[in-house]
Amino acid sequence: MGLDFSVLPDYFGILLMGAGWTVAITVCAGILSFFGGIVFAVIALYGHWTLRLPVRGFAFLFMGTPLLLQLFLIYFGLIQIGIDLPAFVAGVIGLGLHFAVYNSELIQASILAVDKGQYEGARTLGLSRGQTLRRIVIPQAVRAVIPPMGNNMIALLKDSALVSVIGVMELTLAAQQAISRTYRPFEFYLAAAVCYYIVNLALEAGLRRLERRIAASR
Amino acid sequence: MTDQAFVTIKNAAKSYGSLEVLKDINLTVSRGQIVAIIGPSGSGKSTLLRAINELDPLSSGEVWLEDVQVNKKLPHRQYEAHVNHVRQNIGMVFQHFNLFPHLTVRGNITLAPRMLKGLSEAEADRLAEEQLAKVGLSEKIDEYPSRLSGGQKQRVAIARALAMKPKVMLFDEATSALDPELVEEVNLVMKQLAEEHMTMIIVTHEMDFAASVCDRVLFMDQGVVVEEGPPSVIFQNPAHERTRNFLRKHLSR
Repeated sequence: MGLDFSVLPDYFGILLMGAGWTVAITVCAGILSFFGGIVFAVIALYGHWTLRLPVRGFAFLFMGTPLLLQLFLIYFGLIQIGIDLPAFVAGVIGLGLHFAVYNSELIQASILAVDKGQYEGARTLGLSRGQTLRRIVIPQAVRAVIPPMGNNMIALLKDSALVSVIGVMELTLAAQQAISRTYRPFEFYLAAAVCYYIVNLALEAGLRRLERRIAASR
Repeated sequence: MTDQAFVTIKNAAKSYGSLEVLKDINLTVSRGQIVAIIGPSGSGKSTLLRAINELDPLSSGEVWLEDVQVNKKLPHRQYEAHVNHVRQNIGMVFQHFNLFPHLTVRGNITLAPRMLKGLSEAEADRLAEEQLAKVGLSEKIDEYPSRLSGGQKQRVAIARALAMKPKVMLFDEATSALDPELVEEVNLVMKQLAEEHMTMIIVTHEMDFAASVCDRVLFMDQGVVVEEGPPSVIFQNPAHERTRNFLRKHLSR
């Protein structure tokens, strides 16, 4: 049995919708991982121990266990204690928090790398510690961390395929549905791969533009 | 100009473990006075300057700005609030400028007045324009610091400090990191401030500048003030051997 790509156009709509959901979940989880990463980083570096210890335990849990398991835990596990999340929300939370922990590591290193003179310049003007952190240190740390954090975002896009197992109709699951009707796995997985690749190119182009835009302000 | 004490340092001492970097220093600066602190590196002059705004708090002794004790012993929270407040009256200029690279020149100047003094955007903009005109950099208002030369950065840093309308300005080797041809533009701004009777305390390695601008010169070595007096005395007729040795090395360059 040879390859037959002529079946693809009939399922183009499904694949496109799947790609749309993949983009949606990547964007939402990306935003959560970005702000979550900042919050975790600040708590890890400056938080009171009553906040710091739980966050550290949480980070340990998220870095030390498989993302797939975390998704199962959030989607199927939480129902038992009365928290019934829609699959999309569970996916965003799982992916977002997982990558927030990785982003937090980057942001922490980047906060510590901000020049001591920046603190002194700000404190000398009369800014408090918190004001200095918010207005001077974190904005600089975030700018410095955008290139390596971009790599995390690309990993997030690829790992978003995992939310197919909790039933989010994203690109991988859309391809599987098409396959279950046509029995043409090679064609549809290949088509899905091409879609991932195109979204990835767009993401990389966006990141490069962002890097260029902040170049002068670093 | 009055002779009343404006900045007062009493029995200032500081040590890191067993290393004493400041030993019983007393200094009184009156309003509008310009004092230069000179001395070899490691003499404690920067540490003394940084003690005035609590960047490097003293181990013992007192720092006063007019009738307010800067290094008041207070519970942590109150101390922070107190220090943040007095620092608004003490401008400081650093060797490495410490401009905020993520903000434009305008942002650098308006940040603190807007956050701490509640200026509106329009008021803060006017303030920035005013201060930039003073240091001759009006056309750079929307540039980022990375696009400026060292001399321009330092002039923006001075404008940023002045925008808080400080009562005293501290200069910590403001021209030491600059290429020689850029030193003069910063010196000119400082001279202009001197003419406006800004009270200034200047740590410097530039003897010519100290001699031409300052009312008084302190020579420090190994954590003590070896001698102080008007520049004419310190530079032409110093009383101490250590001062003579230091000046010989520095003036011959």
